[in-house]
Amino acid sequence: MAALSRKWDPLFVLVLGSLVFSCKGDVLKTSNDRTESISATKIEESSPQAADLGDLRQSDEAESNEDRKAFTPPPPNDQFQEEMVIRPLYSGDIYASFQFRTQWDTDFLHDGKKAVSHYRLFPKSLGQVLSKFSVRELHISFTQGYWRTMQWGQPFIPSPPGAELWVWFHHTVTDVDGNWKELTNVLSGIFCASLNFIDSTNTVEPSASFKPLGLGNATDHRFLRYATLPREIVCTENLTPWKKLLPCGSKAGLAVLMKSEKLFHSSFHSQAVHIRPVCKDWQCTSTAWELRQTLNVVFDLYTSGQGKKEWSLFKMFSRTLTEACPLASSSKIYVDVTDNPGGELFDLSPSSPLISTAVVLGDRRTYSVYDLTKKETFGQLRSLNLLLRWKGESDDMLRPPLHAERYVSGFGLQKGEIHTCLYNSHPYRAYPVLLLDSLPWYLRLYVHTLTVTSKTRENKPSYIHYQPSKDRLRPHLLEMLVQLPPHSVTEVTVQFERALLKWTEYTPDPNHGFYIGSSVISALVPSIVAMDTNSTRDRPLFSSFFPTKEESSYFMRVYTEPLLVNLPTPDFSMPYNVICLTCTVVAVGYGSFYNLLTRTFQVDEPSAPLAKRLANIIRRLRGVPLL
Amino acid sequence: MAKFLFVTICTVANLFAFLPVIHGNNFETKATQFFSSGHTNNWAVLVCTSRFWFNYRHVANVLSVYRSVKRLGIPDSHIVLMLADDMACNHRNPKPATVFSHKNMELNVYGDDVEVDYRGYEVTVENFLRVLTGRLPPSTPRSKRLLSDDRSNILIYLTGHGGNGFLKFQDSEEISNVELADAFEQMWQKRRYNELLFIIDTCQGASMYERFYSPNIMALASSQVGEDSLSHQPDLAIGVHLMDRYTFYLLEFLEDIHPASQANMNDLFKVCPKSQCVSTPGHRTDLFLRDPGSVLITDFFGSVRKVEITREAINLTNPTELPQDLTSLRNELKSEALFYVDQLPVADIIHQKPKQKDWHPPDGFILGLWSLILLVFFKTYGIKHLKHIF
Repeated sequence: MAALSRKWDPLFVLVLGSLVFSCKGDVLKTSNDRTESISATKIEESSPQAADLGDLRQSDEAESNEDRKAFTPPPPNDQFQEEMVIRPLYSGDIYASFQFRTQWDTDFLHDGKKAVSHYRLFPKSLGQVLSKFSVRELHISFTQGYWRTMQWGQPFIPSPPGAELWVWFHHTVTDVDGNWKELTNVLSGIFCASLNFIDSTNTVEPSASFKPLGLGNATDHRFLRYATLPREIVCTENLTPWKKLLPCGSKAGLAVLMKSEKLFHSSFHSQAVHIRPVCKDWQCTSTAWELRQTLNVVFDLYTSGQGKKEWSLFKMFSRTLTEACPLASSSKIYVDVTDNPGGELFDLSPSSPLISTAVVLGDRRTYSVYDLTKKETFGQLRSLNLLLRWKGESDDMLRPPLHAERYVSGFGLQKGEIHTCLYNSHPYRAYPVLLLDSLPWYLRLYVHTLTVTSKTRENKPSYIHYQPSKDRLRPHLLEMLVQLPPHSVTEVTVQFERALLKWTEYTPDPNHGFYIGSSVISALVPSIVAMDTNSTRDRPLFSSFFPTKEESSYFMRVYTEPLLVNLPTPDFSMPYNVICLTCTVVAVGYGSFYNLLTRTFQVDEPSAPLAKRLANIIRRLRGVPLL
Repeated sequence: MAKFLFVTICTVANLFAFLPVIHGNNFETKATQFFSSGHTNNWAVLVCTSRFWFNYRHVANVLSVYRSVKRLGIPDSHIVLMLADDMACNHRNPKPATVFSHKNMELNVYGDDVEVDYRGYEVTVENFLRVLTGRLPPSTPRSKRLLSDDRSNILIYLTGHGGNGFLKFQDSEEISNVELADAFEQMWQKRRYNELLFIIDTCQGASMYERFYSPNIMALASSQVGEDSLSHQPDLAIGVHLMDRYTFYLLEFLEDIHPASQANMNDLFKVCPKSQCVSTPGHRTDLFLRDPGSVLITDFFGSVRKVEITREAINLTNPTELPQDLTSLRNELKSEALFYVDQLPVADIIHQKPKQKDWHPPDGFILGLWSLILLVFFKTYGIKHLKHIF
């Protein structure tokens, strides 16, 4: 018996052991499942697992460390600069302009080479859009409010109210209109805007305005498309994807100041994206891509400033700066102190030792510079809150040399007249301006009534390009090169007639009116001081947006107000009224006529009263004639 | 020894007896887990259909549901948000870029990180049905599409002004309950959803789900047929009613839900009883295959995913060096200096030649005119002249 048991012992042990191990395996697996499902619900708990993986990876790293040392990453060929300009305005408001610039030395449009796949500072969503649609230049802006040139002077980067998009395509594109349509749809997804409403009824092809702002020699205007949506609303949903395009997002650097609750509580808010090819270096033999994201905002003295002429970063943005963006090669704040030479107009604290001058918008301005890449800018509190406190009253502002207004005159809903007034306030210099007007097809222009008068005399434009509209296909395009005499008002008038739209073409709120996009006036304005034509010198970003070719004048663009025009609106309840009225008329009129014709009449004996009926029954029984 | 043998045989027998039970428990739990939620991704379609400033509360309704859904884990890429009018940056809003849900302005449901996919005039019945059925033009960007598959749980929330059997879009058109039911049937036939939760907060909202006939749909409404859904409270600074009652209490309920919460649909049906809502909320579960008590709130409002964590390490290969010949090639190619274009070349503009217009084939009118002239010619002079032409 003992021998038998001893023989079977190992067998039993084996069987028991295998059973036990298989059980344990199951238990282990179920416990794993449980931990997996719990950790899936709590994302925070994944860190212990990550730590485990980290341990595993470190052991691998030790092995491949020797291989790693041999590889050195190539020097980055993109750089990022950020800057902000604060300019106090004469009306007591304050103008802040942010510019973020990414310059990348690459070639999106080079055929035959491998497509660009590694993006560092340049946003991938825009890079893919540029290469897919062969875009040479892209300028898109979203603006809320209207820039008041007479009160605020000239902006660094002008933009019209609503959304504006103009694009130069590469000369290898065969179907420009197809690319344009797809590009607008893709951009509407990226910026959360209704850019898909851009179609052939509001796209124009200017023939002389909007020359490319980047490098290039071929300017065939067949590859240019310009469209504007004056009704487009700008709100946080447009700012959110715009901020996500920045390398540091809104987490570090100057973008920390962009809080939507303060930015949209302003008189003017404009955010834009400009992409163009620029010179890579001072020799300018090859191109690099430049992406500029600009945000201009004007805070009103009374709504944001509570009536006190004292501005600080915290009052404007409800945030202060704590650090520069680590990915930026330069991060600066410029405060315009030209009107404050001895400090008698306003106090600027903390004061900065760095002063720089720049020629911008035809004038030499002095700026107090704060370099955020240096630690001492932030002082003891490790945060920078610029404070401007006014002490005295400022003089009157210098009149801007070019200013434009536009309005609709006339009465009624049939006819009207558009007046555009161009003011040249320079005392002795005359200069040419190029006026671009794009009007929708439902304003039928009478071009024979187009008149251009300056100082009550007719002023014949030296160049006119007019493309008439086609109903529901194309808008009007009017481009004119007008010479503005010195110190004068030039008035351009044209009469129009309003068209009646089909009832499905009206918007859900047609009594609000229809918006007409701003006119664009491009001009070479004489400058007060000599402009710097050397484009290779290191200049602050806000002064290097428009390229300067000659010293005595600089290029600027002015946008007029958009117009709000009421079209004759039908009463949309009329179809239902007509149906009800017609059915009632048919039912009552024809129905009664039909009844009269087809109804037969029978004389009906009225039923006799009860007493008479009883009497008749008794009479019948008696056999006597009835009553 | 025999005793030892007996004991071992007993233990072995017990183990054999219990093993299937242990295995069976594992299988049962696995089976229940498998059948509890068969979805792999979550989508949300949130629509506000009203325009004009006094319909501020409808935008606040949708934004509060959007906020809860984002908080519980559904990313922006899986949410299609449609707002028919802009209330936050409306010029009548005394606090721009904010939309509040409560009169003490505690909760800004608009937030700082919102992405609206369809806004303003784009919110139409046609666009809404196209989003649901997926029949969008090819150039529509991804953020405007509902890219769901047969394992997606979709939450659809509609709010606005409605009546018995219809919902008004933008004060100019309406969608009927029959159209909506047919759209859901199209989605079912194209296998565009696994389960669908439909919530509607309008007057007489229950009429909108009466006509559904596709499986796996659960519907909730804020009021029955013949009843009006009422708004919660006005704010004197903003000047309008801020939110509707049903969604206000729904938001309060959802604020207590966190991604690991086990609350189920029966709790959702109890939100806003008649004492708080004045109208009677209704729900419909007959088309839904699972028991509502076993359906978690986070199955629709959250994005709970089953994640498989691997414990293996992956060796990354050494990154390759960029080919150096690229830069040298470019240097050889471009050697002449490039320059910026003159922005206003006055001389060039004045002497600009008119563009060569593209040649178009002659219009129908021109063709007709010429054929008339030819006809008259050959009628007067006889047909024999024709041979001189051909």
